[in-house]
Amino acid sequence: MAEPAPPTLEVSGLAVEIATDNGLARILDDVALAVAPGEIAGVVGESGCGKSTLVRAVLGILPRGARVPRGAVLFQGADILGDGAAAARGRIGFIPQDPYLSLNPVFRAGDQILEIMRRHAPGRRADHVRRLVDLLRAVQIPEPEAALARYPHQFSGGQRQRLLIAAALSCDPALVVADEPTTALDVTTQREILALLARLARERGLAMLFVTHDFGVVAGLCDSVTVLYAGRVAEAGPVRAVLDEPRHPYARLLLACHPDRATDLAGIPGTVPPATRQPAGCRFHPRCPIAVADCAAAVPPPVAIGGGRRVACPRHDMALPVAELA
Amino acid sequence: MAAYVLRRILLALPALFGLVVLSFVLVRIVPGDPAATLAGDAATPQQVEEIRARYGLDRPLAEQLLVHLRQVMTGDFGRSVFSDRPVAEEIGQRLPATLELTFCALAMATVFGVGLGLAAALDHNGPVDHLVRLLSVAGLAVASFWLAILLQLLFAMDLDLLPLRGRIDVELGPPAERTGFFLVDALLEGRRDRFVDALRHLVLPAVTLALPGLATIARFTRSGVLETLQKDFVLYARAAGYGRFRLAAIYVLRNAVTATVTQVGLLFGALISGAVAVEAIFDWPGIGTYAVRAILSADYKALLAVTLVVGVVYAVVNVLVDVAQGLIDPRVADTSE
Ligand SMILES: Nc1ncnc2c1ncn2[C@@H]1O[C@H](COP(=O)(O)OP(=O)(O)OP(=O)(O)O)[C@@H](O)[C@H]1O
Ligand SMILES: [Mg+2]
Repeated sequence: MAEPAPPTLEVSGLAVEIATDNGLARILDDVALAVAPGEIAGVVGESGCGKSTLVRAVLGILPRGARVPRGAVLFQGADILGDGAAAARGRIGFIPQDPYLSLNPVFRAGDQILEIMRRHAPGRRADHVRRLVDLLRAVQIPEPEAALARYPHQFSGGQRQRLLIAAALSCDPALVVADEPTTALDVTTQREILALLARLARERGLAMLFVTHDFGVVAGLCDSVTVLYAGRVAEAGPVRAVLDEPRHPYARLLLACHPDRATDLAGIPGTVPPATRQPAGCRFHPRCPIAVADCAAAVPPPVAIGGGRRVACPRHDMALPVAELA
Repeated sequence: MAAYVLRRILLALPALFGLVVLSFVLVRIVPGDPAATLAGDAATPQQVEEIRARYGLDRPLAEQLLVHLRQVMTGDFGRSVFSDRPVAEEIGQRLPATLELTFCALAMATVFGVGLGLAAALDHNGPVDHLVRLLSVAGLAVASFWLAILLQLLFAMDLDLLPLRGRIDVELGPPAERTGFFLVDALLEGRRDRFVDALRHLVLPAVTLALPGLATIARFTRSGVLETLQKDFVLYARAAGYGRFRLAAIYVLRNAVTATVTQVGLLFGALISGAVAVEAIFDWPGIGTYAVRAILSADYKALLAVTLVVGVVYAVVNVLVDVAQGLIDPRVADTSE
């Protein structure tokens, strides 16, 4: 049997802190995940749970005032935290959340992507243009040659997201990081873009880190999933296993609230506390129906429960009260 | 784009028409009898009446306005009571001096204002930012006549680095007139000495005139850059690997200056009125000094002509600003279609 390929991306023990007016906020804590070559790894969580911060840490664009007190981000085995790793990051493509806001309105779309290509691989502009036209064809932009000369506002939202996908692919990436790439789009366009991403990932054998708040998207696209709650990993594992039989109370409530798994994560009583005022112990315990005193005492680390799954709850075997699941 | 430009020009025409009418009415309703002024202090009432009839000043105001409008259309601005020369000719001689001064001041204000604003924004709340803020507060607060005298004392009197006043050295003489812009004319005739001398004469008045505008532009650019830096597309460009310099100086700046460019158009009005004081202090033979003389001598023909010429220049500059805006931001020309 062959050695399993080393992960394309491996995040371990990652913590991110941001200085705010209300003190130091620990936005991410002890986050670990891995993306194997050719794998699409989903990250789900409610708004504010730190998904974008995770993406920014991986891409090396954390906001001012942010620091990483602990943890490592390995890309193809090399640690890419810190400034010295710009070259490695060159092989990570990024698909942002909002195609309407992510392209500069005063420059031609084509020039913006060509600039990215130029940064990654110096070469003749004509060669870049030829490659870009091929890419635009691959993401199904009609009349790719003419599209190069157009400005962002002359494209529809879906087309702009296709442009950004082409841009992400233009650096010939080993990993593509997507931060809710379909949230800003209408449902039909959303489905088209997801289908396109799935096809491109399969055709090109891309590893992909796919952030979303939508379990439905995870179910349709991802191989594995990591559920974040308030900056920590609640549960992680292969997508079928986690969705069919979630173990962390948070994940169970979420999926019970939404049997069709296609809507957002707003059905649990209570709210996520702000990052500066997180409770001690398990961050979910104030909202958890099976919490006991111990839950407030110590942070439960994610533990392997077999089948490649990890759950950060020592009481994951307990039944939830029936009323909560109704 | 061509349609956009044409529309901007057409929009400027009614404004200019309004300016002609308004300035005429204003000049005629202020206290004072132009006929009496024209006739002079020693004139008898009978002579005054004669003059009133000859210049049509006895006609109803509306009729006078129509006559005035017709003359303006044909480029006839009448004669100056002060010099008895055609106003159009006098203005034609003096306008290039003012334009040379104001354009240089505008260029200086724009280049340094944008540069300082960008530097300040990139060093948000750092030492450069504080320095630029100090400079722009000073630039707006300091009265230009005071600054002018200060500069004259320092650079012309004490250090003897730059000429005190005038447009060119008297012994050197002005370059052969082609455009009326000394810098251009000196270059055209290939006279390096005259070019340098004209430039040296320009420095102090242009700096004086430029400073308030420079301060305004620096502030607008700074806030424009700071605002743009917050945009998603900047974050995206950083993630996509844009270089720091390219990101700041090209990618962000182009968005940031759209607000600045509008300011440049508005500033030009302030520059022209500023030129009146600055020209007087530096003895600059431009339209500002001409306007002062026209006001003091109740030379209403000259005054109306100056107003209109300034209005036209202002309108032209603002059409250019609109064009620049359309070039900088493609959405401007697209959405106003
Ligand atoms: N620059 C910053 N300064 C201070 N706090 C920040 C900053 N950026 C993010 N945060 C905080 O970090 C937390 C996580 O933010 P993040 O944007 O990563 O969430 P998210 O999961 O991507 O949410 P969404 O689904 O709404 O995009 C939030 O509580 C947010 O308020
Ligand atoms: Mg986010």
